[in-house]
Amino acid sequence: MFSNEDRNLLELISQDSRQTPEQLAIQTGLSIGYIENRIQQWVEDRIIIYRPLVNWERTGDQYVSALIEVRVIPQRGFGFDRIAKRLQKFPEIKAVYLMSGGFDLTLMIEGKTMQEVALFVAEKLAPLEHIQSTATHFVLRRYKQDGVELMGEEEALARLVVSP
Amino acid sequence: MKEYLSPVARNLPPSGIRKFFDLVSTMKNVISLGVGEPDFVTPWTVRESGIFSLEQGKTMYTSNSGLIELRNELSYHIAHDMGIEYAPEDEILITVGASEAVDLAMRALLSHGDAVLIPDPAYVSYAPCATLAGAEVNYVPTHAEDGFRLRVADLEKAYTPNSKLLVLSYPNNPTGAIMTHEDYLPIARFVAEHDLIVLSDEIYSDLTYEGTHTAFASLPGMRDRTLHISGFSKSYAMTGWRIGYAAGNTDFIQAMTRIHQYTMLCAPITAQFAALEALRSAGKAMAEMVATYDRRRRLMVHGFQKMGLQCFEPLGAFYVFPNISATGLNSEEFAEQLLQEEKVAVVPGTAFGPSGEGHIRCSYAYSTEQLQEALKRMERFVHNRI
Repeated sequence: MFSNEDRNLLELISQDSRQTPEQLAIQTGLSIGYIENRIQQWVEDRIIIYRPLVNWERTGDQYVSALIEVRVIPQRGFGFDRIAKRLQKFPEIKAVYLMSGGFDLTLMIEGKTMQEVALFVAEKLAPLEHIQSTATHFVLRRYKQDGVELMGEEEALARLVVSP
Repeated sequence: MKEYLSPVARNLPPSGIRKFFDLVSTMKNVISLGVGEPDFVTPWTVRESGIFSLEQGKTMYTSNSGLIELRNELSYHIAHDMGIEYAPEDEILITVGASEAVDLAMRALLSHGDAVLIPDPAYVSYAPCATLAGAEVNYVPTHAEDGFRLRVADLEKAYTPNSKLLVLSYPNNPTGAIMTHEDYLPIARFVAEHDLIVLSDEIYSDLTYEGTHTAFASLPGMRDRTLHISGFSKSYAMTGWRIGYAAGNTDFIQAMTRIHQYTMLCAPITAQFAALEALRSAGKAMAEMVATYDRRRRLMVHGFQKMGLQCFEPLGAFYVFPNISATGLNSEEFAEQLLQEEKVAVVPGTAFGPSGEGHIRCSYAYSTEQLQEALKRMERFVHNRI
């Protein structure tokens, strides 16, 4: 079980991973050494994975993403794991989830154009052995991802500069 | 046309904060640590329930005392969190912010010839409300070396035979001081011995960073002598909703309700529904805000100590109150020069009473980045003077 101190520390890192151990130490009251050890351990355990969240839509580059529902014939002795492991190797596929409900796997795919994504599905994905069917849903706009509101909150009314 | 004003209105001094506000408003690119309200937006579930109540057409007056559902929920929460039982029917009044409750309490309890004891430094509204109610004000100094806690020795010096009401306000704005159960025991004895009434403004009670908050009314014998006043502004980031409450014995609350019914009628219904939702479901959101304030608090105390200023550790509210006398400047000079030179706005301690001299109030209801930048600028400013 995580201690409250560790949870607090992890929460702080998840809000802004660029803070130095010293800055984290000041805010939590924990020692710098303890924090450095913890972070190192968490990185090794893949509890912390450092990657910036890139809002590609804002770069002005061509960019599309799609959610693909996949039905799979599970393999005896391996279930869905073998096909999932194979799928995750494709760089175009950014996320793979095993789902409950009407289909088996959800994939998140990124590409430059709709055509590029469609081609990938038609040529690489659908013909794979054990894949029964795919249904592609293109993302039209992303409002929120990983807890971050990508469109930005509406401009908040400014607070008074000085108030009692 | 000033001659038409009543002498009371004419002589009511402008708030010390107001003067500084006017100065800051004329400048650009200022980092202000002068704000006495959360930087968070009200948690979404709370906003959403306010919106939903409007969609349902709930736009009418409520009873003068406020929605009974809200009073029920408050009664439960006060009993659960602070161990004081108040009957929702006649011992709780929903008000337009804790500020209205303070005004009502003073008007219900005070008349000409009465005196009010107010710890100094203190929030800016108590003394003017006492004046408007016709009473005199006697300040009770508190001291930095004592963590700005209220002490009986100082109370005894300020006490006069006319003293009727003692104002308590912990966690404290502007100092961030808290009072523990042990700190309060001698105060409670003093109150009983001198037959005083207590107005305890506990608006920052949820922002207590060490130990648990003690409500003054929970002390032995104090429930019926105390008006317990609080609200939703600080705990749930709901300042603009204007919603608070008072709880106390039936006689006090009913007298306040009579004044409230003629002057205000009721608190806004939308804010009442939002407050109800806050109590029911925003506990986790509040805990997250409190944890964030706590981290910033440590950042600020560390920052001031590093620049060589004495800064006692505030354990409540969202203010630090460092001692700036090592710079050779007084509070107002420090605040004005800091603003001109480094474009950082803080509030001079004297805006909160004479005991605030030698201190400045810095709010940490700002993002970590803003606080770090402000500390950097202040360090430069202080370094040139120590």
